[in-house]
Amino acid sequence: MIQVTLPLHLRTLAQVTGPVELEVSQPVTQRAILDALEAAYPMLRGTIRDPVTKQRRAFIRFFACGEDLSHEPPDAAVPAEVATGKQPFRIIGAMAGG
Amino acid sequence: MSEVRVLVGTRKGAFLLRSDERRQDWTVEGPHFPGWEVFHITGTPADPNRLYASQSGGWFGQVMQRSDDGGKTWETIGNEFVYEGVPGTHQWYDGSQHPWEFKRVWHLEPSPDDADSVYAGVEDAALFHSSDGGKTWRELPGLREVKGHLWQPGAGGMCLHTIIISPDNPNRIFVAISAAGAFRTDDGGVTWRPINEGLKSEFELPDATAEVGHCVHSIAMHPSRPDTLFMQKHWDVMRSDNAGELWCEVSGNLPSDFGFPIAVHAHEPETIYVVPIASDSHHFPPDGKLRVYRSRSGGNEWEALTNGLPQSHCYVNVLRNAFAVDTLESCGLYLGTTGGQVYVSADSGDHWMPVVRDLPPVLSVEVQVLP
Repeated sequence: MIQVTLPLHLRTLAQVTGPVELEVSQPVTQRAILDALEAAYPMLRGTIRDPVTKQRRAFIRFFACGEDLSHEPPDAAVPAEVATGKQPFRIIGAMAGG
Repeated sequence: MSEVRVLVGTRKGAFLLRSDERRQDWTVEGPHFPGWEVFHITGTPADPNRLYASQSGGWFGQVMQRSDDGGKTWETIGNEFVYEGVPGTHQWYDGSQHPWEFKRVWHLEPSPDDADSVYAGVEDAALFHSSDGGKTWRELPGLREVKGHLWQPGAGGMCLHTIIISPDNPNRIFVAISAAGAFRTDDGGVTWRPINEGLKSEFELPDATAEVGHCVHSIAMHPSRPDTLFMQKHWDVMRSDNAGELWCEVSGNLPSDFGFPIAVHAHEPETIYVVPIASDSHHFPPDGKLRVYRSRSGGNEWEALTNGLPQSHCYVNVLRNAFAVDTLESCGLYLGTTGGQVYVSADSGDHWMPVVRDLPPVLSVEVQVLP
């Protein structure tokens, strides 16, 4: 199972209080994780990536294993620690203000 | 005794204010959707417990919410607002053309007789409709065909902020768009035309009487007179007695004819209200005094309503969707400020009192009278 952590507003919207666990088929990519997340929590559609273009929203970042994965291609494999559920895939709201 | 429910959208969530028809003692519920901008929250005439809310933010985009129990619980509904066909372009600040991009929902206007039918006015300006209670949305693209390539966003964004469904003809709809103007359809939204003749935007447009491009801030209508419209333009208060075919200025003795909301009394179709703001440079009331102005003659002759409103050191604004009128026999008025105050008058504006003082900046105010 893949672990995904969400920022406060998206946890509230999804009505969860902690990390969510998702079944994601191999190979585990950002796109596969987000597809599984939106399938399990349809209220999150459009909040992380544009609902049409599927591009990451400007002020959303993806982190895992201490690395910023935000600019990785959506179909690139995520780190093995994420794919095996040892480390969470972190979705966070970027700093965007004064 | 009737219940009064005021729906308040703010920069950081939505609040529901409740009272009885005396409108003296209030309870405050919220915030709903804390931390999110709620540009509009409104009820449906066909089912008062059906509420719709536009929830948005810079990080997570647009979320739409619906309640079927008067705001006790909410469920997310469809948030895909996709322009029909090739979206095309509109004018940009430097004179170039810029692609149409959805940003947020500014205004929701439910049908008077079908709670599942609701229109949404969005930024970048377009009109969408849902016939399934907000699950799916479809654009009415004919609107943007009315010289949309010449529309240019103003400082507040190119937003469609006003939607009025004519009470005697559901196929006639009026909309207003910031920095584009007013438009009307007579065929249910298939075709549209600009209704801006008589508007003058000197120093704002290269052609002061252009067909499109006027910065309309809000429009109001009394349901008993569907051909009479009142408009607060960027500058100038206007009226039309022929469904927007021609407008004439009725600013009269206002201390400033710049402002955002305009409203009509529930039972007196010639009694109208505006909140003058010093100027487009200041965005606060003249002389630091928050004054609602009332005309009982449909414009031109205005009186200041000040009792209960701050008359010194007041530098808040009242935004275009933040003024509402109830339908009780003694007509109630409600306004929300960018300082987070919501004021109520239970006597047509003669006396005002604060309901709540320290909310986040208020973006919208609607009121429902419940049996």
